[in-house]
Amino acid sequence: MNLENFLIVSAIVFAIGLYGSLANRNAIVVLMSIELMLNAVNLAAVAFSRYVVPASVTSLPSDANLEAAKSAVQNLFVGHVFSIMVIAVAAAEIAIGLAIVIAIYRSNSSVDVTHLAEMKK
Amino acid sequence: MLFGSIESGLFVKIVFWALAFSMIFSAFAVVHIKNVFRASLCLIITFVCMAGMFILLRAEFLAAVQVLIYIGAISVLIIFAILMTQDLENSSSYNSFRIPAILIATIFAITAIFVFLNTQWQMLSNPENISSPVSQAINIVFSDTIPWIAELLIHKFVIAFEVAGVLLLAAVLGAFVVLRRDREERELN
Repeated sequence: MNLENFLIVSAIVFAIGLYGSLANRNAIVVLMSIELMLNAVNLAAVAFSRYVVPASVTSLPSDANLEAAKSAVQNLFVGHVFSIMVIAVAAAEIAIGLAIVIAIYRSNSSVDVTHLAEMKK
Repeated sequence: MLFGSIESGLFVKIVFWALAFSMIFSAFAVVHIKNVFRASLCLIITFVCMAGMFILLRAEFLAAVQVLIYIGAISVLIIFAILMTQDLENSSSYNSFRIPAILIATIFAITAIFVFLNTQWQMLSNPENISSPVSQAINIVFSDTIPWIAELLIHKFVIAFEVAGVLLLAAVLGAFVVLRRDREERELN
């Protein structure tokens, strides 16, 4: 499989998430769409780190020893680390978001985002 | 062959396309289905397909993290929130921004795909980019990825790692505060 296949799938899932987060009335569906977008970004980051050469590898001299090569190749996993950070942020975001949604539901007895013109009645 | 010839085999292609189509289909179902509970189940299918994609990309650790955090924690949270906010049937309908949203999403997808297809990436599979110690190192590193991710996370990105911990703590406390202040106000009323 090529890099482009994964990137196109990621772009389509991101676009679907964008559409859902803009066009839905239900706040929980909006949060789920944001999760879709974050997940698509994760897929793109991991695909890049799997297929694209980091600059530390291309600038490596051809007679470098194995240890230097290993520490250069380690930068292939930067995309994985970015994904882990995105997952942590997504977990925090969904916890706060759902808490806010439930608080809104308690005060408004509705989770329709089009009716939320004010934060406090 | 750098990563072994299995990666370009027919089986991998079939798995990729099956995962891609089921992921796009279920992602569309998430935003389109009227019943929010079913939409959340479709979201779980999307997450499972994403974990499969991670395995195809040789990110086994991330696939495990995906299953644990997204399917194990986030989906359960979402389902709890859905069950706490009632009217399951017909509770997810489109607002008046539907047509502009379709336009924006389509334009974004077309632009992104155009950019992806017309960029010259520095590919790892290109033999010009790889010297012999590097290919040796890649084979060593990819035989066991987790120690390398851990070392990167603890050495190079240690500040981001610590800040992520603080962020999660703040999120937990914030969720408590948001829900507790609400309860106190209700008791006052």
